[in-house]
Amino acid sequence: MDVKRRNFLKIAGLSAVAGLGASSAFTQLLKGNALASEEGAGGGETAAGHGAPEQGGHQEAETAFQYGMVIDIPKFAANKGLAEKCINACHYEHNVPDYGNPKDEIKWIWVDDYEHSFPDASQYKRNAGLNDLPVLLTCNHCANPPCVRACPTQATFKNDKGVVIMDFHRCIGCRFCMAACPYGARSFNWRNPREQYANGNYKFFKHGLNPNYPTRMRGVVEKCNFCPERLAVGKPPACVEATGDTKAMVFGNINDPNSEIAKVLNANFTIQRNSAAGTKPSVFYII
Amino acid sequence: MLEKALVGSNKYWAWIFFLLGVITIGGLFYLYQFNYGLGATGMSRDVSWGIYIAQFTFMVGVAAGGVMLVLPYYIHDFKAFGKITILGEFMAIAAVAMCIMFITADLGQPMRIMNVLLHPTPHSMLFWDMIVLNGYLFLNAICGWVILNSHNKGVHYPHWVKPFIYLSIPWAFSIHTVTAFLYCGLPGRHFWLTAILAPRFLASAFAAGPSLLVLIAMVLKRVANFDAGDKAFQKLGTIITYAALANFFFLGLEFFVAYYSRIPGHMHTLDYLFWGLDGHNNLVLPMRFSLTIGLIATTMLLFPQIKRNEGTFALSCAMLFLSLWIDKGVGMVLGGFVPNPFDRVTEYYPTVIEIGISLAVWAAGALILTILYKIAISVQAKEA
Repeated sequence: MDVKRRNFLKIAGLSAVAGLGASSAFTQLLKGNALASEEGAGGGETAAGHGAPEQGGHQEAETAFQYGMVIDIPKFAANKGLAEKCINACHYEHNVPDYGNPKDEIKWIWVDDYEHSFPDASQYKRNAGLNDLPVLLTCNHCANPPCVRACPTQATFKNDKGVVIMDFHRCIGCRFCMAACPYGARSFNWRNPREQYANGNYKFFKHGLNPNYPTRMRGVVEKCNFCPERLAVGKPPACVEATGDTKAMVFGNINDPNSEIAKVLNANFTIQRNSAAGTKPSVFYII
Repeated sequence: MLEKALVGSNKYWAWIFFLLGVITIGGLFYLYQFNYGLGATGMSRDVSWGIYIAQFTFMVGVAAGGVMLVLPYYIHDFKAFGKITILGEFMAIAAVAMCIMFITADLGQPMRIMNVLLHPTPHSMLFWDMIVLNGYLFLNAICGWVILNSHNKGVHYPHWVKPFIYLSIPWAFSIHTVTAFLYCGLPGRHFWLTAILAPRFLASAFAAGPSLLVLIAMVLKRVANFDAGDKAFQKLGTIITYAALANFFFLGLEFFVAYYSRIPGHMHTLDYLFWGLDGHNNLVLPMRFSLTIGLIATTMLLFPQIKRNEGTFALSCAMLFLSLWIDKGVGMVLGGFVPNPFDRVTEYYPTVIEIGISLAVWAAGALILTILYKIAISVQAKEA
């Protein structure tokens, strides 16, 4: 009896220790969560009323600065070839390889139909023609990004402008972020993108090599980064520039009420992809 | 004690060299994958995890299954497990080693694996998985080795090991819970987004792990003159039966929630796995086969006559193990990816390279297991 009692006390003690450890781990977790969405925090007006439903007591503090994008789908439908122009501009700007097969495919921005872009939106008695619209898809630079939460090395992180960035040199290629992203925004370098012909030309850069942006090595994840290298010198992202003065894409700080994008968001009904996931996407669509 | 693994019959050495051969061939395949990139596998942008991660998930379960021996033996003082508890602990070591190998095989930049330690990230479940898996490896290595070493010297094991033994019990539950958290915390994938994923993982683990152990112990009875004892086999049979019943009960709950609520996202993967979706039905046959033999095996185990007959008991354990391997080692991970969150289906076909590397990891696990079991059995034989 005595021995059993002693054993029981030992176990009880150990469970208590384990319990303590678990609770502190939990606060750590919550902290990490907040960090992911609060970087560069401090006040700022909200652009509420667009997209993500209010989230009760779990609303994160808005970052002062959050780059976002409004994509005006009818304008893309009216300007045939505009979407392709955006895609080409982006994929050239960032040396995105093209292997010519879907298995190895890498894409930062692409077109899909309404049904598969917004599968959670009602497709029931959908009006004719809706599914023929070219919906331009890219990383949503979520205010609450699941990919940043999943990454075990902080190789993907949110910068002080609210942009979700990839550090190609830190990424270990575990692809947890790809499983975590609800938007399929992430691609993986399944093979070496830098492969060259004997004459020194790169095999997979369809538009030639852009010397102003680094190429990647195999085995890392990549995705749209809202062109921080262009923003730094006062230029808009490559895709936005490609739309010219059609206003098919509006880019800016969605948390600044005086920005052009905030005014567009205020004046139009916009939707977001899978807003029910609570990720607060920063890309908005006018349908 | 390692020297005990260096003496053995011709059959023992043939088995060792066979495993080394498989490991060498798989190693060459890995060299190719290392140089070419993960494009050598069947994975793609949509199905970004394949059989490596699926096998990893399954092996975490096998590792956790070892606790089904440790718990009755050390907490409930169930003496019949005296001889085979060490086998459970050593199986956990081999299984965790396999997990680490599968994860490494799946990395795009394996040379950077230490970045996980260099930049510790508590909000990533993969960080915690690394901690619990390595911790479990450490705990089982400590407990298994020290206790066996004491046996070898004919003394009682030192008291300082006890806390490690007790800690290894909740730790076993933690490894599979955290592994479930890798999946069930992701907002975009309905199939995994279920609070019952961790309990399902544990139930299938506590059926699959001990089933494998029963089969191995029966082989050891024939080739190594090691008898775990009838009482131990029967108790394991009971544990396997209850765990299998819990597993299929949980699976039934998933079916109910999906098909009674009729929420499309909840139904899609089950549709794909068991009926086919949009004409894609690669996994329908294996999944139906898995469910059928799993249910038959569980029913068989309910009959004492079947459990008491060694042949039929082995058959039901083998059927159950295969059933759970297909369910978790294939369907669980692929099901979450193949029907993607955008209502599209991208099928996945593992390549020869991928299968070769996976077989080599299995062979490496078998090699670790063989060496550890050889030592354990030699020590126990000396004692007897």
